[in-house]
Amino acid sequence: MSARPILIRGGRVVDPGQKLDRVLDLLLAEGNVVETGAKLAAPDDAEVIEADGLVVCPGLIDVHVHLREPGAERKETIASGARAAAAGGFTSICAMPNTDPVIDSPATVGFVAAAGARAQACRVYPVGAISIGQKGERLSEIGELVDAGAVAITDDGNPVMDSGLMRLALEYAQAFDIPVADHPEDLTLSRNGVMNEGVVSSRLGLKGKPNASEDVHIVRDLMLAEHTGGRIHLQHVSTAGGVDAIRRAKERGVRVTAEATPHHLVLTDEACEGYRTDAKMNPPLRTRADREAVREGLRDGTLDTLATDHAPHHYDEKEQAFDDAPFGIVGLETSLALVLTHMVGGGVIDLSTMIERMSCAPARAFNLPGGTLAPKSVADVTLFDPEAEWTVDPKAFVSKSGNTPFAGHTLRGMPRVTIVGGRVVWRSED
Amino acid sequence: MNRSVSSLGKDLIGLEYLSADQLRGILDTAEPFKEISERRIKKVPVLRGKTIVNLFMEPSTRTRISFEFAEKRLSADTVNIASTGSSVQKGETLVDTARNLEAMRIDMVVIRHWASGAARFLAERIPSNVVNAGDGAHEHPTQALLDILTLRDHLGKIEGLKVCIVGDILHSRVARSNIFGLLKLGAEVGVCGPKTLLPPALEEMGVRVFRRVEEAIEWSDALNVLRLQIERMQSSYVPSLREYNRVYGISSARLAAAKRDILVLHPGPMNRGVEIDSDVADGPHSVILKQVTNGVAVRMAVLYLLAGGVPESAEAAKHGEGS
Repeated sequence: MSARPILIRGGRVVDPGQKLDRVLDLLLAEGNVVETGAKLAAPDDAEVIEADGLVVCPGLIDVHVHLREPGAERKETIASGARAAAAGGFTSICAMPNTDPVIDSPATVGFVAAAGARAQACRVYPVGAISIGQKGERLSEIGELVDAGAVAITDDGNPVMDSGLMRLALEYAQAFDIPVADHPEDLTLSRNGVMNEGVVSSRLGLKGKPNASEDVHIVRDLMLAEHTGGRIHLQHVSTAGGVDAIRRAKERGVRVTAEATPHHLVLTDEACEGYRTDAKMNPPLRTRADREAVREGLRDGTLDTLATDHAPHHYDEKEQAFDDAPFGIVGLETSLALVLTHMVGGGVIDLSTMIERMSCAPARAFNLPGGTLAPKSVADVTLFDPEAEWTVDPKAFVSKSGNTPFAGHTLRGMPRVTIVGGRVVWRSED
Repeated sequence: MNRSVSSLGKDLIGLEYLSADQLRGILDTAEPFKEISERRIKKVPVLRGKTIVNLFMEPSTRTRISFEFAEKRLSADTVNIASTGSSVQKGETLVDTARNLEAMRIDMVVIRHWASGAARFLAERIPSNVVNAGDGAHEHPTQALLDILTLRDHLGKIEGLKVCIVGDILHSRVARSNIFGLLKLGAEVGVCGPKTLLPPALEEMGVRVFRRVEEAIEWSDALNVLRLQIERMQSSYVPSLREYNRVYGISSARLAAAKRDILVLHPGPMNRGVEIDSDVADGPHSVILKQVTNGVAVRMAVLYLLAGGVPESAEAAKHGEGS
């Protein structure tokens, strides 16, 4: 049941891999890119998408999302998360394994992959756990997880505190050439912190997580990656010290990739004022100096990958005292617009660099198809209007959850059409 | 009386959110209320017909009783809810508890809660007046008000005073409320305690930090000595109570070395021989029991003002005049 060919006509095609940024046509057929070119002829049975005024780019990829299924389906399901991703312009997402049960067996990896395929939205790649039950004690059967479809391993949510185990994971995973992703947080330093440790936490009387709790863990992971030759992927870097350590490690040739999130690029810990639980996340929003460093890291490529850490929570869980509310915010449906508005619009990066960070680099980091519009590559394509203004309304989200600190923000940039494997999986209504 | 016209706004969440004039208004209103507690029949009709819920989600004896006396002496009807044995312990959320209380048509809630921000959380969700009786490590505004009233009683003014808070600042809502209130009223504020128990960036809040208690005593007109929770030792914030007493304890020998007379306050309950020695607690520097007496008057003032009273009419209100 091959889809009809698609001709995308007259869009601004931006493909950093081919150093392309021109108004062109793009032809897709049989799940792959056929070619880009000027004034391409539409095959007889082709669907023609007029892309005048739109950017046409390799499909966006988010290597860090929480889909909550199995176990917390009231927050999100694999299907609802995949649809939310498609609505946000994403063609591929990587599902974190901190579900209930944890994704630490071939059967659970297979479940995520199958449910992802059934959703018929974006591609859903399972990420397996580093350790059984994410307990940080014994390695999971990493080879079997990879055979079942896992593209990476992580204990995200429960950082691997045992440095010896982390070393073994970085060594063992090399046989499968997958990245070991880590949520860098030294739990003995962050203790029971609920926000950034600084003047705001002092005023609010909330327990802080110091920058050092992240920095120490990042440096440890970099040292272990350097020692083992393994591939480390550092998640949601939020500190100036962390960015600096990663930059220097990259200069030394350490195999490291690293994420920046839209919220750490845009907000600071002042967003927690008034005990706003929608600004409670882990790692926490930090100071202006940290935000500047994360922006610089995004600009110079130290933080090569943009990821949302999409973390849906049911509204009544966030409707609690700050200490009691869970960490995390949704991100899939605001990510593109936040980056366009604040990073591209704010002059931090240009459009091509944005696509590099949101598509090409994540594809490389997790060995995923996509990230390019070169002929014969998969026909995963995102079309967005870089000028359209809209106001964030969580009630309008496709995601089952609306926990975002950006409600009411006016943003510029709107996904229009999302194409996965040559099929339109999502199209905006207006 | 109409709660929408209260000079304090709808709620008392923290001193950070009040102006110097509002703070002085509370202190001035407390003055005429002091006398009620000295009468043979300690009751005036100021809050007659008002229903007040004392919602204490964390153990408290002193603060709860002080509020209860204040409410009863102003003729309010009060109900006490404690966390143990209530629906709270059965897993009811704060927002559900609040909505249920509201559905019974109450006028005010006095809340003590373990979580910072809980009082504000409640205040944003119910139309009743909310009084913060201590939320986590955030604020304990009536405690700081009674501390400040006691300072004013004994030293005549707040502006220009040097007040040092000694002890566990990190976990202390009393410290934060005192810092905000005293700075607003023009005092200089210092803190002294082990670095492990000081929150970061205090200097950015306009607070002076003393490394050693001897230096703090030399600088201060008054010391507000905080209780050291035993748990702090178990989690290694301080090595032992004995060492804490040796390094930070307020002793008469240390006070004797000071250049001037120093007032010693303590919000209670005291650990005698830990943060404060008995001869200081019971000695001439101590105003600790005066604080307790002032606590009732300050809380009367807060309840009266939130109910729509104005400072100038407090005296008349005691006799059931005006509203």
